[in-house]
Amino acid sequence: MTDTIKNRIKEIIAEQAMLEPDQVTDESTPEELGIDSLGLVESIFALEEEFDISIPFNANEPSKSEFDISNMGTIIAAVERLVAQKAA
Amino acid sequence: MTDKKTRKKAATRKTAAASGGEARSGLRRVVITGAGTINALGHDVETTLQAFREGRSGISQLDFRDVERLSIQIGAQVHDWRAEDYFNRQQILLYDKFTQFTLLAAKQAVAQSGLDFEGALGLSAGVVLGTAGGGLNTWDENYRAVYEEGKNRVHPFVVPKLMNNAAASHLSMEYGLRGPAFTVATACASSNHAMGLAFQMVRSGAAQVMLTGGSEAMLCFGGVKAWEGLRVMSKDACRPFSANRNGMVQGEGAGVFVFEDYDHARARGADILAEVVGFAMSSDAQDIVMPSAQGAERAITGAMRDAGLNPDQIGYINAHGTGTAANDKTECAAVAHAFGHHADRLMISSTKSMHGHLIGGTGAVELLACIMALREGIIAPTIGYQEQDPECALDVVPNEAREAKVDAVLSNAFAFGGLNAVIALRGV
Repeated sequence: MTDTIKNRIKEIIAEQAMLEPDQVTDESTPEELGIDSLGLVESIFALEEEFDISIPFNANEPSKSEFDISNMGTIIAAVERLVAQKAA
Repeated sequence: MTDKKTRKKAATRKTAAASGGEARSGLRRVVITGAGTINALGHDVETTLQAFREGRSGISQLDFRDVERLSIQIGAQVHDWRAEDYFNRQQILLYDKFTQFTLLAAKQAVAQSGLDFEGALGLSAGVVLGTAGGGLNTWDENYRAVYEEGKNRVHPFVVPKLMNNAAASHLSMEYGLRGPAFTVATACASSNHAMGLAFQMVRSGAAQVMLTGGSEAMLCFGGVKAWEGLRVMSKDACRPFSANRNGMVQGEGAGVFVFEDYDHARARGADILAEVVGFAMSSDAQDIVMPSAQGAERAITGAMRDAGLNPDQIGYINAHGTGTAANDKTECAAVAHAFGHHADRLMISSTKSMHGHLIGGTGAVELLACIMALREGIIAPTIGYQEQDPECALDVVPNEAREAKVDAVLSNAFAFGGLNAVIALRGV
């Protein structure tokens, strides 16, 4: 199940970045993928819609948000945690 | 005929030059002779100014249908608004809340000016207002009726109630303003664009008197839900320029002013609140949401140039100061660059910390703080200020109002879509 979530997240981010999913690695940062602040807000919305979760994110203080957007690995971990919380 | 026209023109020029001193040939001086408002701080100008002096916040828990489904639940709402105190049943059916706010503010402004638009004056008087959402409550209520409640019929006045020009049209009808009348929509700069255009019309002689300002009533479920999506709203407070700021807080209300030809105002012995001396607008032509310091700076320097003011003559700026990370640092960079060394000597505050962000109506309510600075020598504070931000290293008049004599001031507005509008005022 986790692999499915991970792949789906990469597909969503890749679509936003106009890249192929395999070009998105765990180490990729939003900046490296060419995702600007508005693109980030759009990506988070797409993830919320896909997994029916609410992601705590304020564009004014991205580093202080509980949702860590440092790179794809942290984003995937945070989404997986929110999906697990929803299931519990 | 031609002779007569030429003579009249020459005479006008002479008057403008004689009374204006610095007025450019053929241009009239423009003064403010009336002001009115309703917003979360008060239902009139004096209550609002008292809140500015005290540094009082109008931000609180929002109260309207379905608010529990919002993740942002604070705003500067006009809580004790009862339309039936001001309007009859038939008027309420026809006036969206943004029109109601406008009519109330205009009534105060016109009363203060002492003008009567009966007869010839009405023909050379008009109205230009700003709003971003227009009758948003009307949209919200009626979409709810047809989509959520499955109704197949809406009230016949839905369209005349929700249209963005409704408030301007009702003002023209209320006072018999038969000259130029229209509404400007430039998001958060709407009121400044409207007032700038009104200023240009009186200055050019296209109108003798203009009612101008703006209104917004976006605090309803759909209005706030839409803003939530951008993730730029604060859940707790509006703290412009503070390092720990975390977003904007929406407000609602209206501000309306009487802009009048100086000679006309003097001839009838009107009390003059301030002189409007300059206006400039610019477009970033860059990004639909991220602001540009260069675009803002061009509007700031443009307004000073239009006014014939040097940067060191500006004592106070009412900032756009939304409390978002992006706006406040960009605005400070623009001011620092536009003013050079003088940036360290001028005061700049954001009153949105008190009345919230009235979106299309915000510049109108903020102009009140500019008038207070010029007339009373009291600078409205930026409240909620807690931590210095090196990217906003200007004198933001933190938390407490300050006494200071200023001769000329600016009011900034920078909208989503990269549309900037800055107004310059001077004391009279």
